[in-house]
Amino acid sequence: MIKKAVLAAVLTCAPLASIAEDFKMAVTTSFANSGLAEVLLPEIQADIDLNVQLLIVGTGQAIKLGEQGDVDAILVHSRPAEDKFIDQGFGTHRREIMYNDFIIIGPSVDPAQAKSSALTVEAFDKIAQSKADFVSRGDDSGTHKVELNLWKKSHITPEGDWYKSVGQGMGAALNTAAGMNAYILADRASWLNFGNKQDLAIVFEGDPLLFNQYAYIPVNPEKHAHMNVAAAKRLEAWLVSPRAKALIEGYQIDGKKLFVFNAQPK
Amino acid sequence: MNDIWAGLTQAGRLIISLDPTLIEITARSFKVTLTATLLSVAIGLPLGAWLAISRFRFRRLVIAVMNALMGLPPVVIGLMVYVILSRSGPLGVLGLLFTTSAMVIAQTIIISPIIASVAHQVVRDLWAEYHDLLISINTSRWQRTRTLIWDSKRGLMTASLTGFGRAIGEVGAIMIVGGNIEHATRVLTTAISLETGRGNFAMALALGFVLIASALLVNLVMHHISRTERGSRW
Repeated sequence: MIKKAVLAAVLTCAPLASIAEDFKMAVTTSFANSGLAEVLLPEIQADIDLNVQLLIVGTGQAIKLGEQGDVDAILVHSRPAEDKFIDQGFGTHRREIMYNDFIIIGPSVDPAQAKSSALTVEAFDKIAQSKADFVSRGDDSGTHKVELNLWKKSHITPEGDWYKSVGQGMGAALNTAAGMNAYILADRASWLNFGNKQDLAIVFEGDPLLFNQYAYIPVNPEKHAHMNVAAAKRLEAWLVSPRAKALIEGYQIDGKKLFVFNAQPK
Repeated sequence: MNDIWAGLTQAGRLIISLDPTLIEITARSFKVTLTATLLSVAIGLPLGAWLAISRFRFRRLVIAVMNALMGLPPVVIGLMVYVILSRSGPLGVLGLLFTTSAMVIAQTIIISPIIASVAHQVVRDLWAEYHDLLISINTSRWQRTRTLIWDSKRGLMTASLTGFGRAIGEVGAIMIVGGNIEHATRVLTTAISLETGRGNFAMALALGFVLIASALLVNLVMHHISRTERGSRW
């Protein structure tokens, strides 16, 4: 009986190899944790018959996967790393799709008084001065790079017991911050979709420095001949279409919009 | 505590409603791990038995290496398999990366040394006991091997189940070589990791309970089939 049940389960699994073309894309954890992928992927499959398979990794690893030719395209959010990727010839071009923003999350009582800051650098300075616990992604991801850049702009070298570099994805780092009641830099989409907020709250937002642009980069077929160029083009055309715009801008959690579409027509 | 309770009720709800996603990833978990276990049994049992009854120069070294391989972190094996199967790696042309085949390969590498080591231990103990008898009745090497494997079948089953247990709960290696792609390579453990990342602890725990229950089921089925661990027998 049990064997039969297992067999049946295995068999139901088999026909999942769908007829649609497979397309592998490495995306950042922040994009995947936002939940937007679950909305977009079925629509992409229905509209252009492309089965987009997501590899959810940090921007650092996403770029590495692209360099190795293990994915057809990447969707990331770290401008310097993206420019380097294209300069080295691994990507054909960069197409901006949408943006959201980074926010500083912290204990709702805000021991560092970061809430009263006018600028991000000021908030970072206050956290460092108060030596309140701060969790850093520490994984070479887009969010981590933005955080390091903000410390640099604040003329602070983050070190000491209060600075916890966890080397994990956005969700795992948020879990750590929730457990320690610490400050952390996160993207708004991941935060709104995060289910374990505990005593954390947004303590700082709205500085132009915290702008978070997502861009789509197809992997260069000159480096990796097996790339599916036609599918990459189809997907790009869909991502910048009015249809994608409606879906991206319509995606809300608790009545809050997560992403703003800003792709420019060519 | 609340999370554990929420996880249990969620697990119950998923199972009773025959949630299609749950069935899909559970079936894939089993497909990958059972395949890897079968392959590892085919490699590990003969290797372990052979190491127990043969004498050759580097035998000790081989056994030491095998035992050491048991302790390798799966993430290291995952990374090695990734580098080899990557499009830029030596076997890249096969296009196996981010498929269930890659996951089977990684798990086979992880559990083969475990199965071989336990099998070696079991057969060696029995060989010490049978040695004089089997030699005195002038058996061939093949007959000895067969007798030893048959008579230590329960120990060998434990070896196989140990391998299975390690593989079904493994996440580090298959995350790297499988990529946790929805509807393609997502299995129970990688889904748990994903849900934890989203802070959905109830869902993550629910999947964890399903994982424990299915592992338990496999063990019970195996004991039932092989008629071991029953009241009347010791």
